[in-house]
Amino acid sequence: MKAVIKVRLKNGILDPQGKTVNNALHHLGFGSINDVRIGKLIELTIKEKKQDVARKKIEEACKKLLTNPIIEDFTYELIED
Amino acid sequence: MKIGVVVFPGSNCDHDMFHAFKTVNGENVHFIWHQDTSLASFEAVVLPGGFSYGDYLRAGAIARFSPIMKEVIQFAREGKPVLGICNGFQILTESGLLPGALRRNENLRFACKHVYIRTENCQTIFTSRLQKGQILSVPIAHGEGNYFIDEIGLKKLEDSQQIVFRYCSTVGLLADEFNPNGSLDHIAGITNKEGNVLGMMPHPERAVELLLGSQDGRYIFESLISQV
Repeated sequence: MKAVIKVRLKNGILDPQGKTVNNALHHLGFGSINDVRIGKLIELTIKEKKQDVARKKIEEACKKLLTNPIIEDFTYELIED
Repeated sequence: MKIGVVVFPGSNCDHDMFHAFKTVNGENVHFIWHQDTSLASFEAVVLPGGFSYGDYLRAGAIARFSPIMKEVIQFAREGKPVLGICNGFQILTESGLLPGALRRNENLRFACKHVYIRTENCQTIFTSRLQKGQILSVPIAHGEGNYFIDEIGLKKLEDSQQIVFRYCSTVGLLADEFNPNGSLDHIAGITNKEGNVLGMMPHPERAVELLLGSQDGRYIFESLISQV
């Protein structure tokens, strides 16, 4: 199975990178674009037969290493081979 | 006093730290490789600055799982002194030994300059040679030093006097213009609730001789040495 994990800064946590990119877009004339926030996309494969086991492992990996739960949230999707 | 300086792949202030303890203060200091698994003979442990594991994923996120960190966590739980500077501070928050997290600097720039910090708590083992309100001139060099904690966490830090240093002006005023990274409440350094673990973004080990522009960092080393 393959997993695609999206890591985002939690709501309310200032994203200086998003803010700077937002400003750059405005300078380029994209005045209608706002609220830019930048996160991370992590792809991985996982060798598990059962979906629920794979989900549990991925969630554990996200909480333990892939994200910092103090400032980040994650969502993910599992894609069967 | 036997002090251990942990060396991760990518540490780059380990020798400065060694120098601060050994040459300046004449202490018995040793390097500890991150793959080592014992801190048995040490009385204090330092996590130095640098870019452990290239800051991949998040600063400190991977170093936090080095074999030695299991021992460092145990060492800290036994109430023994642990000092984390810069990347060391990031590793301490990632490992849960200190609350909160360090985010990208607000202006996205790597901040490399001398700053002033105000001593908020002089009753810790790291600050006993300082006076409350004393201002230190120390350098910073980081891209992710923007401290964050939620409101409840901040209240707890304040209530337990865990905020040890705040960025300030030359005369000790707090204002955004003296805060180099956007850090919440101008926080530059905190301890754990028990007070035996200190994390700070500024580099006291780079301010131990006048040749380096300041020797204010000595107060922190002298405090620690006098306590253990």
